[in-house]
Amino acid sequence: MLYGAILFSHGDLGVDVNWITDYYLQVLMLAGINIIVTIGLNLINGFTGQFSIGQAGFMAIGAYLTAMLAKLVIPLDTLSLIAQIPAFLGILVIAGAAAGAVGYLIGLPSLRLKGDYLAIVTLAFGEVVRSIIRSSDEIAASLKGWGLSNLAEVIEGIGGPRGFGGFPKFDSLTVGVLSIPILFTLVFVLTGLTVIVTRNIVYSSYGRSCLSVRGNEVAAEVAGVNSTRTKVLAFTFSGFFAGVGGGLFAFVIRFLHPDNFSFLKSIDYLIFLYAGGMGSLSGSIISASSLTVLPEFLRVVGFEQWRLVVYPLLLIALMVWWPSGLMGNREFAFLAAPAKGLPEVLDVTDQEPEHVV
Amino acid sequence: MIRFVVASVLVFLLAIPAMAQQASVIKIGGLAPTTGNVATFGIGQRNSYELAVEEVNKAGGLKVGDKFYKLQLIFEDEQNSPEVGATAARKLINQDGVKAILGPTNTKVCFPVGAIAQENKVPMITPTCTNPKVTLVGDFIFRAGFIDTFQGAVGAHFVYKTLGKRRAGVLFDNGNDYTKGLATYFRDAFEKLGGKVVAFESFTDEEKTVDFRPQLISIKAANPDVLYSSDYYGAAALMAKQSKELGLNVPFMGGDGFDSPDLVRIGGQAVEGVHFTNFYSQDDPSPGVRQFIKAYRAKYKDTPDAYAAQGYGAAQILFDAIKRAGKVEGPAIRDALAKTRGLKTVVGVITYDQNRNPTKPAVIIRIKSGQQSFVTSVSPQDLPSTIRP
Amino acid sequence: MSVPQGGYWRTLAWAGGLGSVLVLSSWWYIATYGLTVFLQQLINGLQRGSIYALVALGFTMVYGIIELINFAHGDIFMFGAYIAAFVGGALLSQGYWVAFFAALVASMVVTALLGVLIERVAYRPLRYKARFSALTTAMGVSIFLENFFALPPHAVPFPLNYVVFGPNYIRFPDLLNVQYYSYGGIYFTTLHIMDFVLAILLMLLLVYFIHYTLIGKAMRAVAFDKDGAKLMGINVDWTIAATFAIGSGLAAASGLMYGMTYGILASPYFGIFPGLQAFIAAVLGGIGIIPGAVLGGFLMGVSETFATSINSNLGYMISFLILIVVLLFKPAGLLGRWRREKV
Repeated sequence: MLYGAILFSHGDLGVDVNWITDYYLQVLMLAGINIIVTIGLNLINGFTGQFSIGQAGFMAIGAYLTAMLAKLVIPLDTLSLIAQIPAFLGILVIAGAAAGAVGYLIGLPSLRLKGDYLAIVTLAFGEVVRSIIRSSDEIAASLKGWGLSNLAEVIEGIGGPRGFGGFPKFDSLTVGVLSIPILFTLVFVLTGLTVIVTRNIVYSSYGRSCLSVRGNEVAAEVAGVNSTRTKVLAFTFSGFFAGVGGGLFAFVIRFLHPDNFSFLKSIDYLIFLYAGGMGSLSGSIISASSLTVLPEFLRVVGFEQWRLVVYPLLLIALMVWWPSGLMGNREFAFLAAPAKGLPEVLDVTDQEPEHVV
Repeated sequence: MIRFVVASVLVFLLAIPAMAQQASVIKIGGLAPTTGNVATFGIGQRNSYELAVEEVNKAGGLKVGDKFYKLQLIFEDEQNSPEVGATAARKLINQDGVKAILGPTNTKVCFPVGAIAQENKVPMITPTCTNPKVTLVGDFIFRAGFIDTFQGAVGAHFVYKTLGKRRAGVLFDNGNDYTKGLATYFRDAFEKLGGKVVAFESFTDEEKTVDFRPQLISIKAANPDVLYSSDYYGAAALMAKQSKELGLNVPFMGGDGFDSPDLVRIGGQAVEGVHFTNFYSQDDPSPGVRQFIKAYRAKYKDTPDAYAAQGYGAAQILFDAIKRAGKVEGPAIRDALAKTRGLKTVVGVITYDQNRNPTKPAVIIRIKSGQQSFVTSVSPQDLPSTIRP
Repeated sequence: MSVPQGGYWRTLAWAGGLGSVLVLSSWWYIATYGLTVFLQQLINGLQRGSIYALVALGFTMVYGIIELINFAHGDIFMFGAYIAAFVGGALLSQGYWVAFFAALVASMVVTALLGVLIERVAYRPLRYKARFSALTTAMGVSIFLENFFALPPHAVPFPLNYVVFGPNYIRFPDLLNVQYYSYGGIYFTTLHIMDFVLAILLMLLLVYFIHYTLIGKAMRAVAFDKDGAKLMGINVDWTIAATFAIGSGLAAASGLMYGMTYGILASPYFGIFPGLQAFIAAVLGGIGIIPGAVLGGFLMGVSETFATSINSNLGYMISFLILIVVLLFKPAGLLGRWRREKV
């Protein structure tokens, strides 16, 4: 329904309307991507109660890998339109899997640490990823020195601080009077898929072990839950989703630069997560989409500079007055628990009992 | 059905801001960094663009075909950042519908913006991007200044012949195509002339580096007799100060990035006697330049630097091309631009070669008593053929 | 907060390990680049490290008392530097020492007020909530401070347009007559000496303060057990406010020294990187331990300088690598002692 409305307003359904320009279509695609990444983050921060702020690093891995594969290794523009779609999806899966694998590797040692320190390590991870990308020229030079010049060329194409652009673009698929913007369709479909998949994860027995780890890790261990494995798996999943989001991001923005994936980007997702409610998928959907679209409205009015002043104030206000976020633990009807009898989940923000004195 | 209608209405409301259209106006996009570490460049260029547009409108507008058009400048601050520039460029092209773009200022922003402009068939003239690869992005990309293969050669030649130095130490930002390129071209030219680059150090501007001492110490250990940097005025001033502090007392040479009053403001005594290559000199006596300086001073109470002058020149080239194009359309303007021959502008006589670069001379400026003073002008013919680009 | 303890042999093992790493890498560096270069880089590294140490002092103090990683500390440092620049610049006509001390006092006072304000508004409401709430809020405060002060004055309504700094750099005024020295091919300035002496001096002052004054005792009590301290009649709110005041004042002093050493404040974002380095320094030395902050600071400064001279990207990355190694292998830091989490 929503899909049809958007396509219509973009002039794709035969009626010559330009209510939604390409620019707005891009904004909507970004909203979809943000939903994907936020939901991934919700899995580890919200449902499993950990504190990771390294999503930007995973996104970067996903984005750069996707772009590298699509441009330099399997040039997408040499394939026919019909073949491009599965190829792109394949690339996305690979990129996401790679990001997830890195998540696994990082998660194993790091998830021993308690809250604050985990946050710092994930933050450092994000920055190290960024640094490595920035040094891609030097890495390529060393590779050439070792005789691996093909690989070196691919890596040099990343461009480091110069940025990485010029990779293939999807044209619209024209069927009679309909012209379907492929990328938008892909983003739309993948966003929906992510929501469905995550919902199933959450309501599975694995999901319940996540919730138990969130409630009280030691008690969960006593009850037989392997808390380390639970946490690492959640971390891997969130890495995967962030990687996929990153790959889509690469194709929507069509230009990558290490500074796109800084700590500030991770904070953005944190804001989306808290605003929507940790542990609520519907909350993440609402907050991610509205907080992506809203600044674009205000950009037209000339608000851009104030975004970074107002957003952190919003975050502070959220933490102080409304820590459970918009939806708290609740979900929309179509996302709610499949059966009754699931235990009431504690509000995450009060982990220590109220003080008497 | 109802839901479809409601959704369409919501989406329609989203699109309201984009629907306002106007006729008889040509929208020109302007991109320059008015904030950030090279803000003086951007402010000067924005001023020039506004001045140029205002002058045309005051004279009744631009005559294209048989109609007069007013010009409207839509300016965005690209903050010297590639991704901000890319987003701003998309906004200008898709949202505002500009017919051509003036800018960006620096090479690293020129690459992504150039790619976007080329893809959307919007002609772009950069006043000061000097890396040769910028115009190779596509045939819609033009420039109003010289290229760094030339600038580096001019610098190397001056250091070798006029200053008589043989051992150069080079320091540059390795995260920036412009600085990296210019430093490399300087080195190549200097070595072709017979000199030796004894140190080729770089830094990462990741955290807005203010401390160059680790690299300067390495450079000093190699015993150079001259220091060359392709970087911008803020970093250059600090390099000069820190060199003195470390006992590295050799002449300092730079590129057009040094052109700013802040070089002296930050560097103080340490930048006295520094030389650099530039696009133009404020002492240039030709009438076009003097008139421009007068108009700029009247409106902005400040003397325009080379960046501002280049910006004005770029605008002159663009408006002339739009006139000759006969219609306000990207490809037509592009063709007219490519045919530019012998056009007199404040930055010299412009004729485009097959790579859409103008052949124009560079000047050497020296800092004397805290002011810029003109030393000499160098044309491509003045350089020995071994290093002529 | 405590003085270093722990098994005698274990400490010796760690010291030995670290010491040999340092000796070996120094030996390699001297062999590759020469002794003069090594010493010169070392001097500069210690200078940079002194600045980090000063910032880390305030940081570790706050953490030691209320277990909060104050992400905004780097920005408080930035704020102090700007205030010092304005006050010092305005009073330069009165002579060097007047300007210097006026800048020092003014920036410390104003910044301390800012620190207390932040604590009151953003951290106190979350004092008994989960840890990550305060951490997230701290990040929010940090981003807010940076971007608020980076707003250009013309875009800000009155009266705020006098408060913001704008996004462009400002030149930090020379508040002292800096002398240049050279000895055996090594060049340094008065500032090298001042930075180093100040770091050591303030560390000693702080240790004395914490252990031998009444307020210090109150702070140690609050660090040990907030509720217990309250029962003893200590006003916890005021004590914590005082902690922030002192920590922020220290940050301001380090901001002043930074400005004098580097001569330029690049933008309101310049506090991010030193703040990060200070944080890593504090963790490296043992978070909450005052001598640890200074030790960590020197180590960070020196390692960053040497790494940068080899390759500038390495210089940026090495801090994060150190952090990751420390957190994974010795989270309590060099001088610290890991307390097992009880069930």
